[in-house]
Amino acid sequence: MNKLWLIIKREYLTRVKKRSFIIATVLTPLAFALFFIVVGFIFAYDSDESLRVAFVDPGQILDPKKGLKSEKDNSLHFLRRTESLDILKQQVMEGKYDGILVLPTIKDLYKKEDVIYYYSDKQVSLNANLAITNRVSKVIRDYKVRTLNLDQKELDALKSDLVFDPVPISSDKVDESSNASIVAVGIGGFMGVIMYMTVFIYGMMVMRSVMEEKTSRIVEVMISTVKPFQLMMGKIIGVGAVGLTQVLIWAIILPITLIIIQLIFGFDPQALQNASPSGAMAPDVDDMQYILADVSNELASQNWLLIIPLFIFYFLGGYFLYASMFAAVGSAMGDDLGEGQALTIPITIPVVLAFYIMFAAVQAPHSKLAVWSSMFPLFSPIVMPARLAFDPPMWQIILSASILAATSIFFVWLSARIYRVGILMYGKKVSFRELGKWIFYRD
Amino acid sequence: MSSILRLENVIKKYDKHIAVNDVSFEIPKGCIFGLLGPNGAGKTSLIRIITSITRADQGTVYLDGEKLNSKHPYQIGYMPEERGLYKKMKTGEHLMYLAQLRGLSKKKALSEINYWFEKFDIESWWGKRVEELSKGMQQKIQFISTVIHRPKLLILDEPFSGLDPLNTNLIKDEIAELKSNGTSIVFSTHRMEQVEEICEKIVLINQGKNVLEGSVKDVKNQFKENLFQIEYEGTLPADISDKFQLLKFDENKIVVKLEAEKKSNELLMYLLQEGVYVHAFNEILPSLNEVFIRQVGG
Repeated sequence: MNKLWLIIKREYLTRVKKRSFIIATVLTPLAFALFFIVVGFIFAYDSDESLRVAFVDPGQILDPKKGLKSEKDNSLHFLRRTESLDILKQQVMEGKYDGILVLPTIKDLYKKEDVIYYYSDKQVSLNANLAITNRVSKVIRDYKVRTLNLDQKELDALKSDLVFDPVPISSDKVDESSNASIVAVGIGGFMGVIMYMTVFIYGMMVMRSVMEEKTSRIVEVMISTVKPFQLMMGKIIGVGAVGLTQVLIWAIILPITLIIIQLIFGFDPQALQNASPSGAMAPDVDDMQYILADVSNELASQNWLLIIPLFIFYFLGGYFLYASMFAAVGSAMGDDLGEGQALTIPITIPVVLAFYIMFAAVQAPHSKLAVWSSMFPLFSPIVMPARLAFDPPMWQIILSASILAATSIFFVWLSARIYRVGILMYGKKVSFRELGKWIFYRD
Repeated sequence: MSSILRLENVIKKYDKHIAVNDVSFEIPKGCIFGLLGPNGAGKTSLIRIITSITRADQGTVYLDGEKLNSKHPYQIGYMPEERGLYKKMKTGEHLMYLAQLRGLSKKKALSEINYWFEKFDIESWWGKRVEELSKGMQQKIQFISTVIHRPKLLILDEPFSGLDPLNTNLIKDEIAELKSNGTSIVFSTHRMEQVEEICEKIVLINQGKNVLEGSVKDVKNQFKENLFQIEYEGTLPADISDKFQLLKFDENKIVVKLEAEKKSNELLMYLLQEGVYVHAFNEILPSLNEVFIRQVGG
């Protein structure tokens, strides 16, 4: 036990003390933050684009009391002009305006399609295009309402805002809000991605480290003092601890940096939403706040006491399962990386498959595919955490967790059998048949 | 003298290949013992069994009278032929790590490392990464790491390969000193001139079997061909080639092969009686190299 501890300590400390680790751990959240800032600036820059548009209204469709400008948008300036088109064109050429908008003349009130002409030599941005079309479409609508003598109140009554609210039948179920499934998809997807990344990054790290030990020949010195199993487990646990450390540091640094950025730049991620084209598609600020409140309610009402321990369980199960396989493959590889690459394919395929199944599973968490994949131990570490927010039946959780636990232990044992032979085997081209044989070698 | 290591009928098979086939031998305490054999003879397999890296399929290994058990790795120091250290680790930390793995307390490990660093005059290396050291320097560290826990039995696999003459001598001196402090040393090599120089006893392994065992002197005697070299002055008797088998004839120097029943004194007496001035008379023993080639190649 003492030796195992020494090995874990070394594996952990040599990695954590490395400059590259410190840089990656600190810089990744900063890079993330930088990304937000840059994206924020890009959006801010885009809405800076301002256009001075002269418009003429030959059909007199615009309510004389109103202008074309809306209070929400200050990037577009509409100026009513009565000069002829030719004069205006001349003025555009002189740089007085950016373009000329000609409002349509409505002859047939029941005609639905129409064309608005915009004269300019400049390319019109998509934003401006949408904004102008939106304004004019409103103007036409108002004109039609006025001319047809329709009652504005009656028209407003035709619009209905609907909220989809699922209500459970059994009394023991909590009534969830309409955003429950979106929140669950979010949590599930997030967990699935984290699992996928950690299994891959740290599993690969274990494999590389085993290979290095073998090619640098230190391994023979090591296993004359410690058991190969101790060496392998020490490495897997040590690297796993490095992974946890990194994730924890990110979990602390990332929110702090975001808060700092918000304080310094006064930029908040919600601005991203509001900055979307012309603001017309984004929900009202009030709506956003309502949804945010609802989402945070949903988040708070999740059964975290079950989800977090289970997530950690699946993380450990999946990590040990895959990291041990990576260790076994690493032990079988020689100096020739290219030759050994083929051996990693059977490990990476299930991980990638599980990743895709995870996306299907968050959309249909109780489908046959989702249920059976969360039983299959090579998929379950990624698929099951993604389903947890959808309240899967308890028997499924227990069954899946038990299968995973048993399989992890079995795979660690199996990999250790391969590992102990592999690390001492040089210059032999290794096939899967060969790996299979190693399992049955005696010590 | 009791033995530090005793192997009894050790067998080890890999797949269908028999790496060690019923090998038995004994190494007396405080002895430098040569484990010889051509490449692929099974030397490494044997060493791996002794160091508990693998287990014998059959047979028993005794270390210091006890059956091999989990305590024993602490009492053995093993330097494999293919050297290796963690390249990114600092030299001092590396030695500390290996020393602690072999059961030394932190304090004890520290004092041992300081002892060796002072001895080799390399105190400044503590904070250097292994990869910053030259190959010869790394070999020194490797050697320290092998003996840091003061093992009873030291197993050195080709310890001089890749060493310059200066470092070779340094390690040789250390080996001699360790021996005088009571450490038993197994020395695995196929450099026979080193074996003759260093080892007292040897075992020769070929194709998984031990084909030859004993003290270096006995082995040489076992393979001697009754060759004698005589340096002389004067003229040889004319009938010498009738009485003795002359193998070589140089000016003032001959090599004679005696038939098994004839004693060397007969030859000497004959020469003296014939009035030849004999300056030197000595038996030519085969070198271990010749023995090796004859046993393995023939």
